[in-house]
Amino acid sequence: MPNRAKILLILGISLPISLCVAAGVGAYQILPWHIPHILLFHKDGFEVLLYVRFPRVLLSAIVGSVLAISGATLQGIFRNPLADPGLIGVTAGAGLGAAIWIVLIGGGFLSIWGVPVAAFTGGVLVTIGVWKIAQTQGQVLTVTLLLAGIALNSFAGAGIGLMTFLADEEQLRSLTFWLLGGFGGATWRVVTVTLPIATIGAVVLFRLARALNAMSLGESEAYHLGVSTESLKRWAIFGVALTVGAAVSAAGGIGFVGLVVPHLLRLMGGADHRYLLPGSALGGAILLVLADLFARTVAVPAELPVGVVTALLGGPFFLWLLMRFKKEVVYG
Amino acid sequence: MVELERVGYRIGQKWLVRNIDLKIEAGQFWIFVGPNGAGKSTLLRLISGELAPTTGWIRFFGESISEYPPRELARKRAYLQQKRDVNFPFRASEIVLLGRHPHLNGAKESATDLVIAQEAMKQVQAEMFAERLYPTLSGGEASRVDLARILAQEPRIFLLDEPTNHLDPRHQVQTLRLCQSIAQSGRTVIAAIHDLNLASMYADQVLMLREGNPIAVGTPEFIFTAQQLEAVYDVPFEVMQLSSGQLVVVPLSSDSRPNSYPNTQTSILET
Repeated sequence: MPNRAKILLILGISLPISLCVAAGVGAYQILPWHIPHILLFHKDGFEVLLYVRFPRVLLSAIVGSVLAISGATLQGIFRNPLADPGLIGVTAGAGLGAAIWIVLIGGGFLSIWGVPVAAFTGGVLVTIGVWKIAQTQGQVLTVTLLLAGIALNSFAGAGIGLMTFLADEEQLRSLTFWLLGGFGGATWRVVTVTLPIATIGAVVLFRLARALNAMSLGESEAYHLGVSTESLKRWAIFGVALTVGAAVSAAGGIGFVGLVVPHLLRLMGGADHRYLLPGSALGGAILLVLADLFARTVAVPAELPVGVVTALLGGPFFLWLLMRFKKEVVYG
Repeated sequence: MVELERVGYRIGQKWLVRNIDLKIEAGQFWIFVGPNGAGKSTLLRLISGELAPTTGWIRFFGESISEYPPRELARKRAYLQQKRDVNFPFRASEIVLLGRHPHLNGAKESATDLVIAQEAMKQVQAEMFAERLYPTLSGGEASRVDLARILAQEPRIFLLDEPTNHLDPRHQVQTLRLCQSIAQSGRTVIAAIHDLNLASMYADQVLMLREGNPIAVGTPEFIFTAQQLEAVYDVPFEVMQLSSGQLVVVPLSSDSRPNSYPNTQTSILET
């Protein structure tokens, strides 16, 4: 369908534009078309742009694209358009890891890295737990995977609740802020750690596109078409845990991106994962860059948690989509 | 080309099929018949490699199918399933193109793949809904699209579970005629079919199953006798031959043969 190439092209052009616009807006205003000039000749705003705005918009783009690709992948694996990256426990596990670090361990010489490392570890560990529980006789049934995910999610949720109960006032503030998600802590260091992990994960997931198409017919049909379904599931969970783990530890829990973006892309250009995955990567990046722009400009000088913005905008938008395209959301 | 040797499959204590010995040659159209729960689908799934037999061996071209990696197996055999549910907005043509999956090397289908898929849709008269969304198709239309997908897969062995389900009589006949011509072109077709009349019209060989056990193997004329059918289905049958030679197999209502229903009122009065 040539339509799809056009959609990808439009998204591909929109992403750098939204990056430049978002990099320019803020307490110190920079017009997008002045950016090259400022960078080349070290003009006023060079520091703001290079050390504050760029890492922030880049990080939000990376996190947005990772969440959207992961959402699309899991929807394909579970053959359910309502699956979300949180489903396999990675988000809740990361939250639990971060909460344990903030409340029980805290501070120390590792304070900058402590929370993200604890979050990443928690996310990956809980996902491995979900995978192990779902494994029966060397096979992972999709249904058991889903149920194990739900069980461990609520378990991790209870753990986070316990940590909130134990936390003192200051810990509670940082915990809440972390759980709601945001890019306030974006630096080049965070970007350079997140980008390679996200890239590896994205490459892993992109390679699954054709197998995910076959999976849409059902697991046994996919097998009959020559897909090694066990290895497909293993790689998909690996890619999602890796990328979402990195994303969540860099920016906290940000919901709705993984749900809304693949839906929109399917409505625009259909369900072929060879289009859907790159499309979601671009769309997720754009969406989160703009959501973060909104989060940090709507109530200056305060900053809203970006997770609140995506939920506030994403929730009603998703409902509208559902009402407007009731049939299409279910059937296409 | 397809050989089954003492094949059995058990879940817990229950044997779903057992003691199956078959040798199916290239160029034959086989039909499995039997009452519900006879093990027709299980046997097809065993032959497809999706289920691993508890006992015995299954071989394609002399080699055990457990030796084939999934992708290579998918170039040898295709499987048409009864149930289907696709939750995503794929077009019918995209579903058919998925049949090319085991043959693809790169990420994209080549022009040849597109031609093969188009040809397959034409063969089952599905080209008119090529651009429609698969989840919006009726049961019969979706069946034809699925059949086209199997054709596009270009296997040597076709395994079809109830390929005529949801189809109107014209498309039932056309589908089975297509199966027949596939077999005549030197490939193998194995189908599980409930409709005994359709089975008798097209099958080269029939395997009759009951509760997982093979009851009889042979040509339709040999298998579809009133006695044999009654023994397997627990219903009296009458088998007639039309002047064209076509068999007509009909189950009889209890009125015409009251004696075979000991628990009905009439028969109680008579005995």
